[in-house]
Amino acid sequence: MIPLAYPILLSALLFTTGVVGVLIRRNAIMMFMCVELMLNAANILFVAFARAFGQLDGQVFVFFSITVAAAEVAVGLALIVTIFRTRHSIEVDDLCELQR
Amino acid sequence: MNVETVLFIFVGAVALVAAIAMVVTRNMVHSALFMVVVFLATAVLYLIYQAPLIAMLQITVYAGGIMVLFLFVIMLIGAEKMSHVENLRWQRPLAFGLAAALLIVTVYLASLELRTPAPVEVGPDFGSPEAIGQVLFSQYVLPFEVISILLLVAMVGAVVLTRKEKTR
Repeated sequence: MIPLAYPILLSALLFTTGVVGVLIRRNAIMMFMCVELMLNAANILFVAFARAFGQLDGQVFVFFSITVAAAEVAVGLALIVTIFRTRHSIEVDDLCELQR
Repeated sequence: MNVETVLFIFVGAVALVAAIAMVVTRNMVHSALFMVVVFLATAVLYLIYQAPLIAMLQITVYAGGIMVLFLFVIMLIGAEKMSHVENLRWQRPLAFGLAAALLIVTVYLASLELRTPAPVEVGPDFGSPEAIGQVLFSQYVLPFEVISILLLVAMVGAVVLTRKEKTR
């Protein structure tokens, strides 16, 4: 049995890495991948707690979380492709005007 | 320290190193491949925690579907060759400071209330497709249906968003 402190620490570290990525990268796709990393960190904790308490609800929640992440990626990447078509850049610093 | 814990530490370290490499790598294709490593390591963690169905979903949906979509878009718009210009010099140290503060606060708050519960013995079918299906289609049947609508809306939305505009 793994102590609960280990997954909590790992999840916190992965989540922080994702936050750092969102903050220091200026590329929309990279920021998006870091958001996925944060979702992943939360999922690890759900599965760890599901095992620690012997309840399946945590795993079911991860199932839903993965599904929502898939939907999010589909729409998000569609938005990025559309932005790239109109602005020819996906650096978020370039996207600072409300109208062209 | 038993085998499970050693394996957890090893795989967790792999995931963490790959995540850091993903954030700092300049080339976005390399970043995406490091992300695949993170997802595969996470799948192994799920297996350690007796969640085989979730582990397989992680590999097929995340490492298979989502990352292929990312790689496809990166190569479609040629993002791996884009040059990077740093406009805000003060942003990077501030980001690291804020992230360190977040990490410290999170670990501190988690350690305040952390009581490892008594080890729960679970049967060999814990986390099996049958067990998950039983819970999913009895207790969580309404969220399951709502998720299906969400996926449909996301699919339609992605198609509408990327459609070429004809009249402009």
